[in-house]
Amino acid sequence: MTWQTGWNKWKWVLFFLAPSLSGLSIFILLPILTSFTLAFQDWNLLSPPEWIGLANFQEMFADAAFWSALRYTLTFIVLYIPSVFILALGLAVLLNQNMRGVLVVRTATFLPVVASWVVVSLIWKWIFNPQYGLINPILNLVGIQAPAWLFEPGAALVAIVITSVWKDLGYVAVMYLGGLQAINDTFYEAAKIDGANPRQQFFRITLPLLTPTMFFVLIILLINSFQVFDQVWLMPMRDSAADRQVEVLVTEVVKNAFSYNRMGYASAMSWVLFALIFVITFVQLRMQKRWVYYESE
Amino acid sequence: MNLSRSPSLPIRTNTSTPARISVRRVLLYAVMIALVAIMVIPFAWMLSTSLKAQQYILETPPRLFPNPLTMESYTGLAERIDLARVVFNSGFVAIATTIGQIVISAMAAYAFARLQWRGRNLVFTLYLATMMVPSVVMVIPQFILIRQLGWVNTYTALIVPSLFNAFGTFLLRQSFLGLPKDFEEAAFVDGANPFTIFFRIMLPLNMPAIATLTVLSFMGSWNSYLFPLFVARKEEVITLPVALGVLQAGPRALTEWNLVMAGAVITVLPILIVYLLAQKWFVQGVVSSGIKG
Repeated sequence: MTWQTGWNKWKWVLFFLAPSLSGLSIFILLPILTSFTLAFQDWNLLSPPEWIGLANFQEMFADAAFWSALRYTLTFIVLYIPSVFILALGLAVLLNQNMRGVLVVRTATFLPVVASWVVVSLIWKWIFNPQYGLINPILNLVGIQAPAWLFEPGAALVAIVITSVWKDLGYVAVMYLGGLQAINDTFYEAAKIDGANPRQQFFRITLPLLTPTMFFVLIILLINSFQVFDQVWLMPMRDSAADRQVEVLVTEVVKNAFSYNRMGYASAMSWVLFALIFVITFVQLRMQKRWVYYESE
Repeated sequence: MNLSRSPSLPIRTNTSTPARISVRRVLLYAVMIALVAIMVIPFAWMLSTSLKAQQYILETPPRLFPNPLTMESYTGLAERIDLARVVFNSGFVAIATTIGQIVISAMAAYAFARLQWRGRNLVFTLYLATMMVPSVVMVIPQFILIRQLGWVNTYTALIVPSLFNAFGTFLLRQSFLGLPKDFEEAAFVDGANPFTIFFRIMLPLNMPAIATLTVLSFMGSWNSYLFPLFVARKEEVITLPVALGVLQAGPRALTEWNLVMAGAVITVLPILIVYLLAQKWFVQGVVSSGIKG
């Protein structure tokens, strides 16, 4: 087997790896490095880029728009994650029942998952239309004073959270379902012999054994929700050509880059976002010992 | 993953009477019906709006079933944008991206899973590390690169940068590693080279993982918005999601929601049909992907 040694072997390695590695270097690695250097530069795409040290970061921390975007991002996370975390767990327990119709529910809750964010954002933008949409007539019917939704910042954020929970519910539930089905039936059989009722079984067996899945779900939800973009870009109404009722970190980055041509400033902001995600993921990994239960330990 | 397995939570306990069980069942079915309604009604509302004439979308309270039914939103949309072209753009870009991504990822996955070479683990760690970087960090320099290459408003800009995501390589490598080496060893003894092994053994025996990646790539490309938004805005290359976004943009004025919803139907229908036919791969794919690209 001559090809397994020496130059012959490297020829094969090169043959299989070169397309991927060269493309990854040019279109992923190079951009990451460029982005990092851009964070310390001022560049409007027209005049040559200029090194300005930490000025982008200094400006950012004095920029009200940045703090507002950070606040909206965090508020989105605080509203969205607990909602989807708990509702999806309920849905997963339901999908795990041995009942007729469960498959129909799974199919239906997964429909929004495969639809594009643009389509979902536009459908809900139309549903939340205060005059002609679907939701306000229903709210008025039950006597609730309906807000103008996407026309005001607070209600717009709530609308975005509702839309996001609706879209992601089936996805998170299916992740939980994998964890639920991995729990060994013998635990439940033993509990039944000891006379545990369904509630006790859920809190004493299901939940503790599900914590590894919950941990994984939480990490993914946090990483994804810091990067919330499409629905915030498309749904809220605008005050002016550029400003939406709600801006989050990613929309702020994109606006600075592509509306104001501030490539350096926008890159600096994207690295602050990356750093935030990185630190929070790291802290979570360190904290997992406190609440995640691994059977093997 | 088998998603319709036996229950983990027993319905029957020694304290329940048959009457309590049926109350519980009725409640569960009520919840299930409500859930299906909440998931389906927004799509139904999209379809219903797209089948209404302009003046009927402004009725209050809104009518769920359009009367009269009309296709004029679709013909109106076709007058506004070159619909056939936009659908072709989306389809062409998605198919090319999917094929390219699978070929490139599978080849790299083979190099990582089966060939022995110095530095393999280091390079693979580098691949994994790129998966951690949020796409917004890369979108600005990628745009600049596309501009310098003169690719703005070309299919190349929409296809080439998306071919090289580390996730596809990672997914297929996992699958390749799970395959017993017996077949390959037998083939080697018969004098086969890695090229033959790759095409005759690795690809055919890893079809489930390849199917999962196919679904994910196609869906990702067809639904993609952030990157195409800035590299392909001309009508010759614009894709469906970007065209839809342009259609509904504008100041506080009421946009023509029947046209927008007709566009939404055209965008979402192919994916929903494929999903209903190949549910298993979608569920598996989406769950395995996890983090946003």
